[in-house]
Amino acid sequence: MDRRFLTGAIAVAVVGVLAPLLPSYPLTLLTQAVISAIFAMSLDLLLGYTGLPSLGHAAYFGVAAYAVAILAVDAQAGFVTCLLVALVAAAVTAALFGLLAIRATGTYFLMITLALGMVVWGLAFRWVSMTKGDNGISGVPRPELALPWNLTAPLPFFYFALAAAALAWLLLGLLVRSPFGMSLKGIRESESRMRSLGYNVWLHKYLAFIISGVFAGFAGVLWSYYNGFVSPVDVQLVTSVEALLMVALGGSGTLVGPAIGAALIVFLKNFVSVYTRRWLLILGAVYIGVILFAPRGIVGALRGEASPRGER
Amino acid sequence: MSDAPALRLEDVSKAFGGLRAVDAVSLTVRPGERRALIGPNGAGKTTLFNLISGTIPVSSGSIHLFGREITRIAAHRRAALGLARTFQINNLFPALTVLDNCLLAVQGLTPTKFSMLRPVDRYPALAERARATLESVGLGDRLDATVRNLSHGEQRQLEIALALAGRPKVLLLDEPTAGLSPAESQHMARLLRALDPAITVLMIEHDMDIALEIAEHVTVLHYGRVIADGLRDAVKADPLVREIYLGA
Repeated sequence: MDRRFLTGAIAVAVVGVLAPLLPSYPLTLLTQAVISAIFAMSLDLLLGYTGLPSLGHAAYFGVAAYAVAILAVDAQAGFVTCLLVALVAAAVTAALFGLLAIRATGTYFLMITLALGMVVWGLAFRWVSMTKGDNGISGVPRPELALPWNLTAPLPFFYFALAAAALAWLLLGLLVRSPFGMSLKGIRESESRMRSLGYNVWLHKYLAFIISGVFAGFAGVLWSYYNGFVSPVDVQLVTSVEALLMVALGGSGTLVGPAIGAALIVFLKNFVSVYTRRWLLILGAVYIGVILFAPRGIVGALRGEASPRGER
Repeated sequence: MSDAPALRLEDVSKAFGGLRAVDAVSLTVRPGERRALIGPNGAGKTTLFNLISGTIPVSSGSIHLFGREITRIAAHRRAALGLARTFQINNLFPALTVLDNCLLAVQGLTPTKFSMLRPVDRYPALAERARATLESVGLGDRLDATVRNLSHGEQRQLEIALALAGRPKVLLLDEPTAGLSPAESQHMARLLRALDPAITVLMIEHDMDIALEIAEHVTVLHYGRVIADGLRDAVKADPLVREIYLGA
């Protein structure tokens, strides 16, 4: 067990112990933060580890959230069915979009993923018979599991989300430290060298793209259950942009950073929106601040201090 | 093993618009041979390497590796067939450690590169091979250094290590001594002399002393064409080569 794992485990435990002491509104925000953390970590796999800046990540989040809402409301499907169908839907969407997007790099990749994300938004908005359009789908019931706690209450659902986030963090943490994860870092650093070493760069990127989409979908499943309501807002561009900002703010390529970034953005958003409706303006200012003063994000800056220039 | 040449190029050309950077180059390199590829700047040497390694497609002609045609196959599959290369300008993974750089090179030709469920340090055999390779190029004491903090000379050594880690049959070296001090160049020359004699080496080198010391056979490229090809003494004596290249 290394130090990073221990720090993460302690952080999860501390949050878990403090949660019952919180009033209901902060607890609600904390639940949102935990779900957003999964979303941000899934994007970090692409942005931080593979070097692919996706600007359409809300698509996989949203497809899974809609899948859960449609199944749970229209077909009264149980948790396991909803979860599996939603994850497969996210994976299939990512697999299709990946075929189109992975050819491009840099800004072009950004533009293509943005366009593909807009396609999903357009479907959510216009495919009224399926998605109820602008009205969204309301009344998604909380999952009923064979647990002694009822997930309709805020605190048990928070623990449910926290356990899901811890699981996602463990799995992604394992992935980025595996030989496959190492290959992704190599691709981020030099694609041409990777090719000459025998790597099918396209295939590695494609797999990363799908895996990232599945984890984004996992966050979408929780979001659907948490909110009880899914609408085009969940798949719009701003949702994707917020995820990018969470990753950049916390520190891309660190997993833990994006999780912290997610919490900060969720709390900041709710705090600021009490005073102004121009929340996006503040978001933009935060982004500029990060780029100017901490281009490697909060965790990146802290780690940089701890081991100067990464030498020895 | 058949007696097919390690590497055979037939009328290989590459045109960038109207410019024929490589013009009908034919070349045969025997297994185990040390071949130097020389020529003035802009002669098309690196372009030829890019064609052989599959970085860019040929305009016409064919390339064979041990009798097998590889003209149209992807770069990563050529690597799997035993072709490795280094780069004129360091092309490493700067944010990773020396050991991780070499691990990537070692696992590149194994199915392990797709395994996702165990940390990389649970594969001791790969790490052992990476360490041994780094040891052989003189980087054994720099395993945990981040590559961007290495000196230029050390980065050149790592270039060689990455190419050797996959145990290639044919090695393309693009100016291994580029930017090195005379002392570092000597160190590099010792390293190249010590390479496994079974490996076929095709080397671009501007330092004539080193090129002619290591390679017994020399091909001279000028404006994309082969203007001389033969044993080093014959090529050195060739009046055309002396005029355009050696300037003597």
